[in-house]
Amino acid sequence: MSVKLNTRQVGDVSVVDVAGRITLGEGSSALRDSLRDLVGKNHKKILLNLGEVSYIDSSGIGELVSGFTTVTNAGGQLKLLNLNKRVKDLLQITKLYTVFDVHDDEAGAVRSFS
Amino acid sequence: MPEHSRSLPETVEQFLDSTLESVDSAEELTVGVAQRAGFDEDDLMKIGLAVRESMVNAVVHGNRYNAHKKVRLSVTSNGSRLTVRIADQGEGFDVENLPDPLAEGNLLRTSGRGIFLIRSFMDEFLIRRLETGGIEVTLVKYPVSK
Repeated sequence: MSVKLNTRQVGDVSVVDVAGRITLGEGSSALRDSLRDLVGKNHKKILLNLGEVSYIDSSGIGELVSGFTTVTNAGGQLKLLNLNKRVKDLLQITKLYTVFDVHDDEAGAVRSFS
Repeated sequence: MPEHSRSLPETVEQFLDSTLESVDSAEELTVGVAQRAGFDEDDLMKIGLAVRESMVNAVVHGNRYNAHKKVRLSVTSNGSRLTVRIADQGEGFDVENLPDPLAEGNLLRTSGRGIFLIRSFMDEFLIRRLETGGIEVTLVKYPVSK
C-alpha cells in the first residue's frame, strides 16, 4: 500500500487521516493534491493525522513542508497529530519538529486552532 | 544479535532499471540481507531509508529515469559490517556544494534532505565519481554489539 487519505470535518477543522507510506511518487503527490484541494476550497484549519503513517522519506518530509507553506501562505494553519516514533525522530533530526505545531490529542489539537 | 547470524557472509548484486519500482526493490532486497545479518528493527529502518534515498538520487538525479541507463546495486554482509554500493550512469553532482538542510534559511526548503538523512543513519558514507561516468555511493552500517 502506498498511502490512503481520508478527510473529515470536526467543527471548522479539516482533519486529514493519513495511512501508509509517504514516499516519492504516488504517496507524496496524493498528500500534495489533498492539501491543495482543501486550500482551494478555502479550508484554512487543517490537521494532518499521521498516526497510521508507517514510513516517510525525504520526499514525504518535503511534502509536509510544502503543505505547511501552502496553507500558511493562504492565511491558514496546518498542524500535525499523532506522530509515531519514526516520523517524530525524522522531524527532530531535520529540525522541523519545532517548525510544526505537533499534538498527541485530537480534541486538544482541534481546540488549539485560533 | 545472534552470533551465528553474523558469521554468514552474503553478497547480492543486481542491475536495476531507472524507475521508482527499482527504488522499492533495492530497499526490500537490502533490508532482507540486513535482517538475515541480524540488524535490529531500528537499524533496518535506517538502512532501508538510506538505501531509498541513495536509489532516488541514482534514478531521479543521476540517470534521470533514462530507460537506457541502469543502477548497479551490491549488498554485502560479512558478519562485521553491511556494505551497500549504488552506482548510476548519470552526470554526477557536487556533494560538497549541497545546501545545509539544517541552516535556518533552508528549513522550509521542500528538497535537499536526502544526503543528510543518509549521513545521519549510516556509519560510513562515501561518494566517488566513476571513470566510466556516474556516481557510486558506498553505505556502511556496523551491527551494535550486545
